[in-house]
Amino acid sequence: MKIVVVGCGKIGETIIKNLVNEGHDVVAVDMEQEVVSQVSNMYDVMAVCGNGADNDTLDEAGVKDAELFVAVTDSDERNMLSCFIASKMGAKQTIARIRNPEFNDNSLNFIREELGVSIALNPEKLAAHEIYSLLKLPAATKIETFSTRKFEIIEIKLKVDSPFNGLSLIDIRKKFPYKFLVCTVLRDDKAFIPDGNFVLKSGDRISITASRKEVQKLLKKIGIVQRPVKSVMILGASKISHYLAEMLLSDGNDVKIIDKDKEKCLVYDEKLKHPVMIHGDGAQQELLLEEGLKSMDAFVSITGNDECNILVSYFAQSLDVPTVITKTNRDEFSQMANRLGLDCIVSPHMTVANAIVRYARALENSMDSSIETLYKIMDGKAEALEFIIGHDCSFLNIPIKDIKLKDNVLIAGIIRNKSVIIPGGLDFILEKDKVVIVASGIKITSIADIIQ
Amino acid sequence: MNRRMVFNMAGKVVTATGLLLILPTLVALIYKEFKVFESFLIVAVAAILIGFAVIKITKPRTNVIYAKEGFLIVALTWLSMSLVGAVPFVLCGEIPNYADAFFEIVSGFTTTGASVLPDVEALSHAALFWRSFSHWIGGMGILVFMLIFIPNMSDRSIHILRAEMPGPVVGKLVPKATDTARILYIIYLIMTATEIVLLFAGGMPFFDSMVHSFGTAGTGGFGIRGDSIMSYSPYCQWIIAIFMFLFGINFNLYYLLLIRRFKSVFRSGELWAYVGISVGAVALICADIYSSCQNLGEALRLSAFQVSSIVTTTGYSTADFNLWPTFSKTILLLLMIVGACAGSTAGGMKVSRVVIIVKTIKMQIKALLHPRSVNSVKFEGKTVGDETLKSVNSYLGIYCLCLAGFFFVLSFDSFGDIETNISATIACFNNIGPGFGGVGPMANYDGYNYFSKIILSFAMLFGRLEIFPMIIFFSPSTWTKQ
Repeated sequence: MKIVVVGCGKIGETIIKNLVNEGHDVVAVDMEQEVVSQVSNMYDVMAVCGNGADNDTLDEAGVKDAELFVAVTDSDERNMLSCFIASKMGAKQTIARIRNPEFNDNSLNFIREELGVSIALNPEKLAAHEIYSLLKLPAATKIETFSTRKFEIIEIKLKVDSPFNGLSLIDIRKKFPYKFLVCTVLRDDKAFIPDGNFVLKSGDRISITASRKEVQKLLKKIGIVQRPVKSVMILGASKISHYLAEMLLSDGNDVKIIDKDKEKCLVYDEKLKHPVMIHGDGAQQELLLEEGLKSMDAFVSITGNDECNILVSYFAQSLDVPTVITKTNRDEFSQMANRLGLDCIVSPHMTVANAIVRYARALENSMDSSIETLYKIMDGKAEALEFIIGHDCSFLNIPIKDIKLKDNVLIAGIIRNKSVIIPGGLDFILEKDKVVIVASGIKITSIADIIQ
Repeated sequence: MNRRMVFNMAGKVVTATGLLLILPTLVALIYKEFKVFESFLIVAVAAILIGFAVIKITKPRTNVIYAKEGFLIVALTWLSMSLVGAVPFVLCGEIPNYADAFFEIVSGFTTTGASVLPDVEALSHAALFWRSFSHWIGGMGILVFMLIFIPNMSDRSIHILRAEMPGPVVGKLVPKATDTARILYIIYLIMTATEIVLLFAGGMPFFDSMVHSFGTAGTGGFGIRGDSIMSYSPYCQWIIAIFMFLFGINFNLYYLLLIRRFKSVFRSGELWAYVGISVGAVALICADIYSSCQNLGEALRLSAFQVSSIVTTTGYSTADFNLWPTFSKTILLLLMIVGACAGSTAGGMKVSRVVIIVKTIKMQIKALLHPRSVNSVKFEGKTVGDETLKSVNSYLGIYCLCLAGFFFVLSFDSFGDIETNISATIACFNNIGPGFGGVGPMANYDGYNYFSKIILSFAMLFGRLEIFPMIIFFSPSTWTKQ
């Protein structure tokens, strides 16, 4: 599929990388010659140097037969204008990054209808949502929710004292009679789709699918559930902290935001209801301790500086703050941070890239099913996809044990009439079901791809 | 450095060479040349097996490559391809000495067309086919060819594309390198096929049309007759002249034509400069040789053919231009250095570089006259970036140095006089083929000793790959760990 990406900054590059890996024909547009040549050196794309809101440049990039147009420059207005011109020139779908909180839902709706922008993406808001859901379930390092919001896939890391250690999946099933499924295991940087004889050990990162209720029960049973977060310290007053603080405050949590910039502190103090704004350098350990870091339930580091985020989070972790969440923008940093022992990494760029990849896949997939949601799990080494089953699916009403699945593919859950089924061998798939598939190492674009 | 990837690619190219050798093997079968058939078959099978072994041994751990690996891959593959491609000539006894065979096949792959054979007509059909087919492969490039079949060679295959394709700036036509390679080869294939049909329709035997079309397409210049194209009909001569000219145009322009972006084609500064240089040269030479021709038509045909052949660095000839007046010979010598457009199959400096250099000089002069003026070099409607200017200027420098170096080394040989040596160096380095004096269009390179032949072979490789890959390949610092 032909996709034009305008703006090759950090976020644009992540998007380009993921789209190229998906096998799309990507044209990258940026104003800076240096950035353009860098991108064309690193990825198999065509790069055009010019203004993304200029129709000559867009013509050169071949916008008129592009199926998807993505504008992710640092200016909201330029993104809107680019999308507007692109859709007038013939691009079928357009996505604009619009992140200024001043554009509320109403104005975004207007933009969508009047400017031909198919989707307005707000990376900061997406990231804030992600952090928020992590704070709601502090035991997990990552949570993704499928369409009904009742079904979740969570990632947890097995600590030294985890009761799962040394047990095979069959034993776990017997010992913990809840409805859940261990669907992927990340060990030594490799993702596995385990079978029943797979033995877990400490240090593994596992992902579990289950309904929300069952997850709570299970986590309580294995003793890693923690009381929900009440007090949160946020380092860095940014757009993400704005969205996040808004959500946390409306839940009645205590929120403390620290930032170096006094002006910013004042602005956010005005915008938000009753936060505690602290003006100071968050990299100073003394200041953090003075503000009671030790007694906080959670510490979230979302400054614009990845290195600072990682180091300060590391410090917070060493003080035994129960939940530490780190934002990094660069891919390579999030892996390094993982190695340092920071488990909860949020990357707005990855979140956005995932959203766009998901959208692109949904655009190109076939008629018999459609992708509802797509998540990259386990550092992007595996994927969880949600499909709606159409009437022409080839394995309707067949028990799952008789469906010949490809290797490294798992049917992780079935959602039927808003109730969640964790599938066993005797369950079967019906029309209009929503099915969650977990796969590693292969690309799945339609439900037909999962069978041999 | 990703050495495994470099050697792995070399293995793949050796395999590909083996597969390509099957074509001349079939030709030998058709013409019932059994001895030749045997030697081609042996080499083909051996190359495929060795190639596979190398691929297996050097399975790369990662396919990430950088610019450095791109250069090395190109240099190494071209060397290994030539080393393999020379073997069948020796094995079947038609070119008994390996140095001669190496010269001949390098001359083929680099689309030079310089030959060491005193009597071309004595060669078997298979050998003739292989010589000319090597032009066709070498013209667009073996790695570009392989990109079509190995789609996931590397995310950064642009480095390979850039190192193999001639010209100061190499861009893609479409987002994917694989698709770009495919489009280029489709255009190439269609144009070659058209020429074969037109020549065949003009009464040239099928084998001859095929071989000459390969030679034209790659802008190579291996013929199958002692007097090159001279003895074919004027119609065939015109067809070849026109197609040589067409293959000297940047292939990106043909793609733009295909997607109906005519405006961008006509805005191409390089195209107009190329047309201007060629027309000017034809007019001057035509006037110069008019007195020795029967009529204007003949003078025009001779000059047009020779200019088209030399400016595109092909090297076919319909006249012994060695006997022409000095004025015409000088123009031809200058055309040899200019070459044709970037992004075509031709060699030489490339018109775009020459244009940029001339404009840079103009800018320098202006800057001397008006020290405070702010200047930029514009080409094809865009300002040429500092990086490109720097690379074009350093290319000019290293081009002259290499030319001088090869010329100097060639003087160890007692065979040629100064004119012969200069023109031989220029003709090999710019991938043209025939020169003047002892290596004129009706003569050959057999007089040089083996050392000189090897040197000239490398001059051809340096010229075809635009110098840097070979220099990087041979500099020791590339291969040390630092």
